[in-house]
Amino acid sequence: MGAGRPLLVITAGCSGIMFAEFLQYLFSGMTIGATYALVGLGFAIIYNASHVINFAQGEFVMIGGMATVFLIHIGLPLPVAILGAVALAVVTGLALEKLAVEPARNADVVTLIIITIGASIFLRGLAQVLWGKEFFALPAFSGNDPIHLGGATLLPQSLWVLGITLAIVVALAWFFKYTLIGKAILATACNADAAKMMGINTQFILFISFGLSALLGAVAGIIVAPITLTSYDVGIMLGLKGFVAAVLGGLGSAVGAIVGGLLLGIIEAMAAGYISSDYKDAVPFVIILLILFFLPSGLFGARGTERV
Amino acid sequence: MLAKLTHPRIGGLLILSLIIALLPLALPNNYYYDVAIKIGINAIVVVGLNLLIGYAGQISLGHGGFFGLGAYTSGILTAVYGWPPLLALLTGVAVVGVLSFIVARPILRLTGHYLAMATLGLGIIISIVISNEDWLTGGPDGMYVEPFTLLGWELYGEKPWYWVIGALLVISVWMAMNIVDSPAGRALRAVHGSEVAAQVVGVDTTGYKVLLFVVSAVFASVMGSLFAHYSGFITPAQAGFFHSIELVTMVVLGGMASTYGALVGAVLLTVLPQLLSGFEDFEMVIFGLILMLTLIFMPKGLVPTLTHKLKDWRGGRS
Amino acid sequence: MLKSLFTRGAMLAVCAVSLLSPALADDAIKIGSFLSATGPASFLGDPELKTLQLYIDKLNAEGGLLGKKVELIHYDDAGDAEKARTFVKRLLDNDKVSLIIGGTTTGTTMAAIPLVERAKIPFISLAGGIDIIDPVKKWVFKTPQTDRMAAAKIMEDMKKRGYTKIALLSETSGFGRSGREQTLKVAPEYGIDIVLDETYGPKDTDMTAQLTKIKNTEGVQAVFVFGFGQGPAIVTKNYAQLGITLPLYQSHGVASNSYIDLAGDAAQGVLISASALLITDDLPADDVQKTVLVNYKKDYETAFKAPVSTFGAYAYDGLMLAVNAIKKAGSTDPSKVRDAIEQTEGYVGATGVVNMSPKDHMGLDLTAFRILEIKDGGWVLIQ
Repeated sequence: MGAGRPLLVITAGCSGIMFAEFLQYLFSGMTIGATYALVGLGFAIIYNASHVINFAQGEFVMIGGMATVFLIHIGLPLPVAILGAVALAVVTGLALEKLAVEPARNADVVTLIIITIGASIFLRGLAQVLWGKEFFALPAFSGNDPIHLGGATLLPQSLWVLGITLAIVVALAWFFKYTLIGKAILATACNADAAKMMGINTQFILFISFGLSALLGAVAGIIVAPITLTSYDVGIMLGLKGFVAAVLGGLGSAVGAIVGGLLLGIIEAMAAGYISSDYKDAVPFVIILLILFFLPSGLFGARGTERV
Repeated sequence: MLAKLTHPRIGGLLILSLIIALLPLALPNNYYYDVAIKIGINAIVVVGLNLLIGYAGQISLGHGGFFGLGAYTSGILTAVYGWPPLLALLTGVAVVGVLSFIVARPILRLTGHYLAMATLGLGIIISIVISNEDWLTGGPDGMYVEPFTLLGWELYGEKPWYWVIGALLVISVWMAMNIVDSPAGRALRAVHGSEVAAQVVGVDTTGYKVLLFVVSAVFASVMGSLFAHYSGFITPAQAGFFHSIELVTMVVLGGMASTYGALVGAVLLTVLPQLLSGFEDFEMVIFGLILMLTLIFMPKGLVPTLTHKLKDWRGGRS
Repeated sequence: MLKSLFTRGAMLAVCAVSLLSPALADDAIKIGSFLSATGPASFLGDPELKTLQLYIDKLNAEGGLLGKKVELIHYDDAGDAEKARTFVKRLLDNDKVSLIIGGTTTGTTMAAIPLVERAKIPFISLAGGIDIIDPVKKWVFKTPQTDRMAAAKIMEDMKKRGYTKIALLSETSGFGRSGREQTLKVAPEYGIDIVLDETYGPKDTDMTAQLTKIKNTEGVQAVFVFGFGQGPAIVTKNYAQLGITLPLYQSHGVASNSYIDLAGDAAQGVLISASALLITDDLPADDVQKTVLVNYKKDYETAFKAPVSTFGAYAYDGLMLAVNAIKKAGSTDPSKVRDAIEQTEGYVGATGVVNMSPKDHMGLDLTAFRILEIKDGGWVLIQ
């Protein structure tokens, strides 16, 4: 009996640390995961409107972060700089659709995908020429003093990331449910031909989709920049991660992209903490392969086999 | 006889052989040979990949992975375990063949971009493993590979390699055309790519697609092995995602479902970075712009669009 | 139809060939260079290229070398070893350069080594990996300190402070991988036990998971991070976020002011092994490197309106070693120049004092590294 007590205390203390550790992985994973989710959502929206995987999605993220840094540098206050950067990204997205995707609208989907790859190289090159090759740090929106929670720590910026992501998801849900354009986007995603017959201008839907995706990407790039830093080539990695998030959730599902993104972030943090920091980047891909083998429609996707 | 020569298949092969035979006259030094060899290596991979993209309608985002797997299998087995290069190459082929079959069989039963996702995952996993297991692969800094030897004869230097790769290019173009013209391939094209129609007339489209995928993966593996021996130095970038994307870009730029288009795509994307090297910081801007503009104005790719234009022009004239 | 297409293709090829041929003055001394001026290692390659251009212009303004103009032929490999290999072939076979200065990363350098060895052209690498010069290759030299030296310098300092149990967090890039290997090798020599060996990816945006593990590992007395670029800055921020109070050591991969800018307040108290360049203004006047460093810093910062980094200094040393050797050899004859580089003695460079020998193609010792501490947004010399 007497020997049991201290042992109990030790295990309790130990599990306390273990819980704090778990919580820390969860916080870190969710923060990064939320940005993956926003980027993934951008992929899903364009994919739904056209079956195009927009490889320039990551560049919207880059434009968001880098343009904010640049606008602050020329003396604008942070909120104005953020609005300016988002506007720049949206204009870029719309221009990309109008000037590069629309003229080739009759081309094969693969061709359109390669056009977006060309666009991403072009935009990255332009950013490198205009803004240089250095990394930049964006100031945190409300300080850097960590918040302590259950033995784990959280940056105020993480709350911004999670809060803004949540707000955007709610706003998008409202947009798709209650606005005419939102409903038209959903209809096009569901069946483009039928939507066309119903008088929906599917080309315009794609135009709007690019703007919307650019907005999501830019916001992701801005809110995460104080944590992760930003540079002209930051879009390569975040773009790829966003794509993986979208695939993880079943390409083309908005809910899937959000869950996929959060999941991806959490998996990475957990894998780094519990399995192997060397192989943490491989874990999501192993999961993707397993899903494709055993659950081919993804976690939230539509049926795997298409109708004739 | 003459009719046979003007047949696009044989005529094209003859012209290709002629170009390969005469090109050295225009190559002033080893650097040019090196670029030509790299064009050849890329071209063979892309001819294989074109089978998958152009004829099976599937995208692979993991062919860099197969290329890298071939390269590292050869590199490791010859350098670390002292295997003869040909045996190592064939082992690479077996590994990649089996791997691609295992992945493709269940996934190609589904329609949609699932193969793209599976190959994306597979390719990235391969490159992560190569990069991490540095005790065997030399890690991110790469590893040296011994020259290719066969029965005591050493293949070394640009000029011998040029002829070997040139010959292989002709052979692989010939093989690709034969696969496309096989009964299953014809059936698939005869019904204008409609899978359902093909299945209705009794064609095993899934089996055919799996075959095309495995063949294209094996093409990549073989060229990975040969590249490793030729270059003498390989890095995980060979297996990376961006190499995979580059290969797909070559197919699309040259023209999908066109074997010669694949060749032109390989030539352009291999030569372009060399031409643009003088632009320094503007290289990416120009490269991206060329890629975009080409496909905006020639969405079918270079060769199909140009041949079409040529036909129109001739038709209009006569 | 196909035929005409192919004649077109052939014409295109011929055009390409003529475009590629350099139209250069024949009597100039050609120095070749391949650097990662773009891509993930661009913050190393960019100042390297700027330094080379700056000093070659300067050299020409002062009348050139051996009475001839010096011409820099440069290609950007974007950090890709295969691109580097082709560009080195181009420098050797097509541009016929007399000497090559380049190779920003160990990977691109390794790709170039077999080619320069075969072509018998001197090659001065700007990369850190010890494999470049160990074993010694006849035609290959390098200017930066090795990763083994960085590890040794840090371990030396840890030993002095009585730390025996440390955690290692290295990057999975070539730089970090090789640094990790050398650290694991060197640590026992200083009686230091690496109790935790973690890694992060070069593009990772969050390292709190690895750091949490380190934080919760019993007995760790200090943490050593081996990486370059933005990764170590994020590690530093995460370190502060988690409230870890253990001493944090960084390698020379972060030896630039941008690291302090990126990490912000979190960088306070971080210890790094770096060249003296970072503390040029605070160096005692009798320090051998003082004059060289003051001049390089002034030249670079006037020309580019950007702070110097120790990476550009590698290129400065590379160029000066080459220039001195060509002067000494009195020609650009490759084997004479090679011998002259190998005989370099007492060259006071921006990185350190260089004494080459047939057994040592780098010629630096541990004095080329100083331990610096970051205090109030600046560097302070510890030893």
